[in-house]
Amino acid sequence: MSASAIREDDQATTALRSKVTTTKKKKKARRPSPRRSRWLPYLLLLPAVIMELLIHIVPMLVGIWMSFIKLTKIYIANWSAAPWAGFQNYAIAVDFDASIGAALLQSFFVTAAFSLLALGISWGLGMAAAVALQQPFRGRGLVRTIFLVPYALPAYAGILTWNFMLQRDTGLVNHVLVDNLHLTGDRPFWLLGGNAFASIVTVAVWRLWPFAFLSLMAGLQSIPSDLYEAAAVDGAGNLRQWRHITLPSLRPVNLVLILVLFLWTFNDFNTPYVLFGNGQPAGGDLISFHIYNASFLTWNFGIGSAMSVLLLLFLFVVTAAYLLITRERNTTPKAASKPAPKAPARTEDSHA
Amino acid sequence: MRLRSLSRFTVAAITVPAIALGAAACSSSSGGSSSGSDTGSGGSGTTLTYWASNQAPSLDKDKEVLTPVLAQFTQQTGIKVNLEVIGWNDLQTRIQTAITSNSGPDVLNIGNTWAASLQATGAFMPYDSAAFTAIGGKEKFVKPAMDTGGAPGQDPTSVPYLGLAYGLYYNKQMLKDAGIQPPTTWEEMVAAAQKLTNTAKSTYGFALAAGSYTENVHFAFINGSQNGGEWFDSAGKPTFTSDANVQGVLRYLNLMQKDKVVNASNAQYDNGTKAVNDFATKKVAMILNQNNADNSIQSNGMKSDEYGVVPFPAPTGGQKIATFIAGINMSIFKNTKNKDAALQFVKFMTSPETQKTLGKPFSSLPVLKGETPVFTDNPEEAKTFADIYANMSKPLPLVPGEDQFESTVGKAMNTMFAKIATGGTVSADDVKAALKDAQDQVAAAS
Amino acid sequence: MRNTTGFKVFRGVTLTLLGLFTLIPLYAMVSSSLKPLADVQGTFTWWPTNLTIQPFIDMWSTVPLARYFVNSLIICTCATVASVILAIIAAFAVSRFRFRGRGVFTTTVLSTQMFPGILFLLPLFIIFVNINSATGIQLVGSYFGLILTYLTFSLPFSVWMLVGYFDSIPKELDEAAMVDGCGPLGALWRVVLPAARPGVIAVAIYSFMTAWGEVLFASVMTTDENRTLAVGLRQYSTYQNVYWNQIMAASLVVSIPVVIGFLLVQRHFVAGMTAGAVK
Repeated sequence: MSASAIREDDQATTALRSKVTTTKKKKKARRPSPRRSRWLPYLLLLPAVIMELLIHIVPMLVGIWMSFIKLTKIYIANWSAAPWAGFQNYAIAVDFDASIGAALLQSFFVTAAFSLLALGISWGLGMAAAVALQQPFRGRGLVRTIFLVPYALPAYAGILTWNFMLQRDTGLVNHVLVDNLHLTGDRPFWLLGGNAFASIVTVAVWRLWPFAFLSLMAGLQSIPSDLYEAAAVDGAGNLRQWRHITLPSLRPVNLVLILVLFLWTFNDFNTPYVLFGNGQPAGGDLISFHIYNASFLTWNFGIGSAMSVLLLLFLFVVTAAYLLITRERNTTPKAASKPAPKAPARTEDSHA
Repeated sequence: MRLRSLSRFTVAAITVPAIALGAAACSSSSGGSSSGSDTGSGGSGTTLTYWASNQAPSLDKDKEVLTPVLAQFTQQTGIKVNLEVIGWNDLQTRIQTAITSNSGPDVLNIGNTWAASLQATGAFMPYDSAAFTAIGGKEKFVKPAMDTGGAPGQDPTSVPYLGLAYGLYYNKQMLKDAGIQPPTTWEEMVAAAQKLTNTAKSTYGFALAAGSYTENVHFAFINGSQNGGEWFDSAGKPTFTSDANVQGVLRYLNLMQKDKVVNASNAQYDNGTKAVNDFATKKVAMILNQNNADNSIQSNGMKSDEYGVVPFPAPTGGQKIATFIAGINMSIFKNTKNKDAALQFVKFMTSPETQKTLGKPFSSLPVLKGETPVFTDNPEEAKTFADIYANMSKPLPLVPGEDQFESTVGKAMNTMFAKIATGGTVSADDVKAALKDAQDQVAAAS
Repeated sequence: MRNTTGFKVFRGVTLTLLGLFTLIPLYAMVSSSLKPLADVQGTFTWWPTNLTIQPFIDMWSTVPLARYFVNSLIICTCATVASVILAIIAAFAVSRFRFRGRGVFTTTVLSTQMFPGILFLLPLFIIFVNINSATGIQLVGSYFGLILTYLTFSLPFSVWMLVGYFDSIPKELDEAAMVDGCGPLGALWRVVLPAARPGVIAVAIYSFMTAWGEVLFASVMTTDENRTLAVGLRQYSTYQNVYWNQIMAASLVVSIPVVIGFLLVQRHFVAGMTAGAVK
């Protein structure tokens, strides 16, 4: 009964939308040729474009050029004298049999694993918290604020605290594990050896999940509550509501959020730098940090730039693939907040 | 109405950020430019820009110490000095950007082990005979210190400013209780450390900064040198894998691995202060530190008569090298507009009076011939360090690739210590393989 | 979502676990800031045995914290305001208009997120120095350079997120407003922005936090007078000692205003667009 009411509702909306569209078309026909409107988007973009060119694009192009010259300390005072290296820097970077290339490859795998884990866990936690806090309750504001604190702390301070906590002899983590909970007799190392990977994922998630939480919370707020009410009346349980209302409505936000979380975690420099200092254990050798250590620290900017360009290419390919795949699934021509596939789903619900 | 609202909004959208940025720019342009300002080659009215490194317990303390000294300089010469103190975390990056953009200070401090590397950039002024005359003569400096000024065979691009050297600090009481004399050879040192290690009471013979790649490579160098090893040949090619070096590194690693006189947790110590801390709180009997450890040791509660210093011992029959020549040098940027003023400044900072003033707060050894160290009140300690610095020291390799040597070998040692700490073993072959890797990286990058 | 028992259990478990995860490190920070240096360097104890507020006093003199704090506030606020404005108008253009070059713009903007920050550093520094010598506008060693840098750093993500939020607001709302007689920008101001307010706030927070914690560029682009907090905090780790307790104390103190800001702002995460605007 209510299903058909919803369907009617949908039809009414569609009808209204087409009416607006026709009105717009009619209005368009009546309005004089809108020269102003044609320039408007470009005007709106202009400030952003100028800043991007100055701060991002031009330096990036210079950086790419740096990868084709032999830019070491000998030439850094006088770039024009640096000899052309062609693809030599790239050849060194991808020579997986030699030590530099092999180390780079290993760092790449570590980073990929780290990124997927950190992104997945952060997103999961952010979603769980956003959903849990969707309904008001006493103290909700306080809880929200507390959750955002790790993100609010300066990166250096937060990561340093974890370094402090993960110390083998004097840290809180081992104190809890060994002295309080007696889970293990041996005091494990967390900042060296195999456990370093678990440590860096934990620290990254600690700082990152509040951000996912923030974004998802903002997205959740713009889902009209009557959608949930209608589904509830229909008999859909909470889990069903989440799968069929929340997730689809969050699609545009998620699309960007997941991609950006991936890019940030993959490019993360601060976390390994502050957590491990000069240590650089193999399990925590993220690629940005690796490039820094393997090149910039030794004034080898040519090779460092080549490695960075390779990193850029890789991420570019991944992003393009991601966007293509998600765009294919988006070919149903509806605005994202009106989830078209919902209609059949809800029909299922009412018959279930 | 549509037109008006559009333009009003567009105007607002573009002018608001512009005004905000403009206001910010106007209100803050007093930053103090980082390039040498003012023309004029050295008369009064010139202003020099000087980048100092962090030598005191805090950056503010550095400023506190230097300000009256600089004021005195201004009074004597009429040249003003614009001081900036930069922490070690940032100093290398600042120098790199300064060199790259050709806009930096007039005078700056550098870690003296960077001297040959920075010389190769060509951005620093070589001290020719005229320059040396202007600062008071080359001969006034202790020879080992002066040797660190740059690569051999060329005019140096830096002059010694503050001296530092490693020593073996030991806890007098702990040694006395165990009936041990301060060690004079490596073997004695290990035996002493083993006697003083009591894992049940969590006291160890030694604390090492086994997670600090700079400390590790320093000792790779010293131990290798004690075996007569060289890290670069005369042509500047890396020779890391010689037996002398391999055995030297292994000997140092074995302090944790075979001799077991070092707590495995030390593999996490990524700077020397943590080891100093263990020493000052009496958890370990001996540490290897540069002479500026005194400040930290005493600020942690240990009194200066509770500890003594001896040179870092060599194995019986080895070369008596106890330290590399550590310290801070002073360089002048080649494109400074105030060359004469800068030379006057260097002369002032390396004069006996200034050196005496700075010796105590910066815990440094004098770089001038015939001066006694003032960094400590303990005359025995002063004598020991002066002796170490002048007679038992060797400069780190004076090649452009020195910094790569430090980072590759140092990090290899970090990894080996980590392996030992987490239960693995490192053999001489493993050491050789790791050093070969490091050697390949350095060779490829030159 | 209904307040079923299942939901209540889920909520309770989630909040407890996440609460512990968040709060335990924070507790470690707070308790360390109240311990003397020797205790902090020793074995960890849950409760400070020698409670002291000395670190909170010393931290102002070990490092000129107050000055750094003001510098950071000025730089980050200016950068955030500018970045949000630029992002709003850019995102509006991308979301609402189909124009030539739209794809190129979005792809390029996204690709800037893929480049490791360290690689921008030297070229950017050189560009700034050249602008300085050509026009006299000081970018290195002044607030201005960092503000420009930071506002651009957060721009790509802000634009992307806002496009997402704007996209979820039906165009019909714009058109309804435009039928009423205001132009597209009026629609932005009157309809889209209010509906996207949570998104705008999220993006503003993101921009601010990005600028707040950035270390690498701040360490290079500033001199002592305009140094920011992020770089300043590193200076508690000196040549001779790492003043853990003061670092923790300083971090807490400088985070309090930000946290209070959050408390105020998060009240604006209200339930979004009023239902029935279209129906």
